[in-house]
Amino acid sequence: MRPALHLGSRGSARWLHPGAWWVWALGLATAASRTLNPLLLVLVIAVAGTVVSARKPEAPWARSFMFFAKLGVAIIIVRVLVQLVFGAAIGTTRLFTLPGIDLPDWMAGVRLGGPVMLESLLLALYDGLRLATIIMCVGAANSLASPSRLLKSVPAALYEIGVSVVVALTFTPQLISDVLRVQSARHLRGRATRGPRAIAGAAMPVLEGALERSVTLAAAMDSRGYGRRGPMSIRQRRVNASLLTIGLIAACIGTYGLVSAGTPWFLSAPMLAAGLGSSLLAITWSARNAVRTRYRPDPWWAPEWAVSGAGLAVAACFVSAAWWAPAGLETLVDPPTWPALPALAVLGLLLALTPAITAPAVPRMFEQRPAHRMPELGVAA
Amino acid sequence: MIRFEHVSITYPGQPAPVLRDVNLELLEGELVLVVGRTGSGKSSLLQAINGLVPHFTGGTLQGRVLVDGRDTRTHPPRELADLVGVVPQDPASGFVADTVEEELAFGMECLGLAPDVMRRRVEETLDLLGLAGIRNRPLLTLSAGQQQRVAIGAVLAAHPRALVLDEPTSALDPGAAEEILAALQRLVHDLGITVVMAEHRLERVVQYADRIVVVPGDAKELLIGTPQEVMRKAPIAPPVVELGRIAGWTPLPLSVRDARRAAAPLRALLVGQPPPLRVAREHDADDILVQATDLTVRYGAHSALRAVTMAVHRGEVVALMGRNGAGKSTLLNAMVGLHTGTSGSIRTNGKDASSLKGAELLHSVGLVPQVPGDLLEATTVADECRTADRDAQVEAGTTRALLALLAPEIHDSTHPRDLSEGQRLLLALAVVLAARPPLLLLDEPTRGLDYPTKIRLAAVLSELAHAGHGVLLATHDVELAAEVATRVIVIAEGEIVADGATADVVVASPMFAPQVAKVLAPHPWLTVSDVIATIGPLILRSHAPISGGAVG
Repeated sequence: MRPALHLGSRGSARWLHPGAWWVWALGLATAASRTLNPLLLVLVIAVAGTVVSARKPEAPWARSFMFFAKLGVAIIIVRVLVQLVFGAAIGTTRLFTLPGIDLPDWMAGVRLGGPVMLESLLLALYDGLRLATIIMCVGAANSLASPSRLLKSVPAALYEIGVSVVVALTFTPQLISDVLRVQSARHLRGRATRGPRAIAGAAMPVLEGALERSVTLAAAMDSRGYGRRGPMSIRQRRVNASLLTIGLIAACIGTYGLVSAGTPWFLSAPMLAAGLGSSLLAITWSARNAVRTRYRPDPWWAPEWAVSGAGLAVAACFVSAAWWAPAGLETLVDPPTWPALPALAVLGLLLALTPAITAPAVPRMFEQRPAHRMPELGVAA
Repeated sequence: MIRFEHVSITYPGQPAPVLRDVNLELLEGELVLVVGRTGSGKSSLLQAINGLVPHFTGGTLQGRVLVDGRDTRTHPPRELADLVGVVPQDPASGFVADTVEEELAFGMECLGLAPDVMRRRVEETLDLLGLAGIRNRPLLTLSAGQQQRVAIGAVLAAHPRALVLDEPTSALDPGAAEEILAALQRLVHDLGITVVMAEHRLERVVQYADRIVVVPGDAKELLIGTPQEVMRKAPIAPPVVELGRIAGWTPLPLSVRDARRAAAPLRALLVGQPPPLRVAREHDADDILVQATDLTVRYGAHSALRAVTMAVHRGEVVALMGRNGAGKSTLLNAMVGLHTGTSGSIRTNGKDASSLKGAELLHSVGLVPQVPGDLLEATTVADECRTADRDAQVEAGTTRALLALLAPEIHDSTHPRDLSEGQRLLLALAVVLAARPPLLLLDEPTRGLDYPTKIRLAAVLSELAHAGHGVLLATHDVELAAEVATRVIVIAEGEIVADGATADVVVASPMFAPQVAKVLAPHPWLTVSDVIATIGPLILRSHAPISGGAVG
């Protein structure tokens, strides 16, 4: 392809700020959490899927959407099965009867088998669908913006923790390829590759390998200047780190206090405020003293506003629809009715679809055809 | 630039130091090659340059190491990151970021360079190492050669004054290795960077070095000199140098080009001589140990092998060559049933390979994988040998006896992890050979092996072939292939592109020809010992003065 042509089609290609994708996806997830209307839930999944297919990069992590989709299907199946076997029967339309088991008195309240009602089955299906939708929204964010790119934007005080998290994330795929390698080696020695003995035999080499690799990686990172001391003294750093840690713990306790009833008043809002304040102090303080600079930080321009705005809009639409006309978001199962399609929610979904156009095209990762020279291990995994 | 003053390094729990009283000065813009056996203290010497020894590894360092005036005792590695860039042996093990561009910037971010400087340097580094085309690629999808270049670029972007590399080409195919060496050469010549490099594959690097530091091991004194001086008396040398030493050429040739200029008279001598024959005997159908027929193996949309048809017979050593990722490992794995083909068939020892399991597998075929340590699970060598006997259902002591033949110096009580790379390979080989499999497969056996171990391995493989085993080795090491292989199979993008007697395949190939063949082409002599066998060292020597005069 000629460069001029290339520029014409993808000239404005750039990475959208990962934060914008996460705001959008969480907005969509919030919307999904407000409804049991299967039509709306399926539309939410369709919106997420459309945007992902329009704007996902050609990277390994972009495939995670399919993984989350499979997870979603599994969740629905499990939810329905649980309802079939254990759930209490609601409604009047009997579909069939499972052989029931009479449980002893001390297990009263638990039911095994028995009649299966259409209404309770539908309720379980919708409930599972809602959970699956939320999971798939997270999956969408995950494949549109890798978690490590999100961590690139964390404040300087959290940077070192952030790098540790990223490194831990990249270890998982390597651990999997290690397990495969060790299993192959066991096969070569004529031993079983499945079963508890195989797992015990494989655990040691895999752990040793992981340990060895983390030491190598630590040495490599140190050699490249990771953790260089800034103008802060050691005492300042310690004070800073404790402020941050205590602040975050306090913020967690405060949040818990806010949402749960029956906690003393000083453990709720004041605790949260104190925690946030302390963390903020530590973050600004160390940001002023940071040695580290950032390479091509993701800008927050109009497309970022548009994408995150779309996420907030869909959440707002669903929340207000639930407030004004809750009937449209709930679907009656007793008796079963065809779900309605509330106009406000549909408007929100249309807005949530806009990132497929407003977000900039993703840069090409593979200039030529994707590697015919693939790393041998990568292929085997 | 880098100065070692009376440096001794002792690791905890070791009675004697690894290095004793080292005095060494490395100059600006110099390419220094560090050679020595595994375990000789070579890596310690390299790691002392940026303070990883002793800050990271523990142990004591007496004397001092100065890098551009900074003492490594008071400066940990991160405080030297702007001066010394270190590329680890396995480049992927040091990657932090997701994509090439972010990886290049990581070091500079840590050093706190201004954003516009970083931006400019990333672009410059991308051009310098030819990475511009893959700048957005995820690191996991790169080939081994590309990963190595990214690792070099990642430390280079911070503009260090010195670059330290530990075996940069050991995992690479000949083509990728040449790319890396060309890039390093450019850094030294155009930018005046000091490059310190450890490498076992002398034949690849000796011509680029300004000086060679030999680490003899056992804390003996270092040998330092120009490549000419060192190569003249070194016990082990690349084939061109050996040829030059035997023929008495002066100056001693270090590259194929130099040797070829000096070798005109030698080539004249070879005209009309019968070339050495290596093919043992005719094979019949009974001798087939493994037969692949139209074998295709796919990973998703990517075909790793496409309609491969080949066989290995009793009594032959076959070298399987090709780029990184060409499908060599896949073919070996298919022979032991680790991969199943999507179409075609593969029969090992007369049975479908994927049906082989347990003791039956052990008695039909043995594979030593790329990382031989994967095979080893026990905590002592003796234990490992006992479990191998049990797995193979052979008489107790069989494996230990084999190991004693292969590597007599290995002790029973040693932990397999504490063995050197070469010793681990030999132990894995003993474990595999315990069941006497007629077919032996080796995946990259010379990765990280020093010359003495390689010579021993070559001898073992030839003996096995004589005893009626069939050997198939996947390798990038053209010299080893020339030494032991009776047949060479070249594989590219999953297809077999050449299959024939070693000389027929490699002599005309720019990539896979051994040095001697390049010097003597079009004559099909592959190794120094072949040349000696044909002509005899005495004749060579008597013609030496003529050859010396013929250079000009």
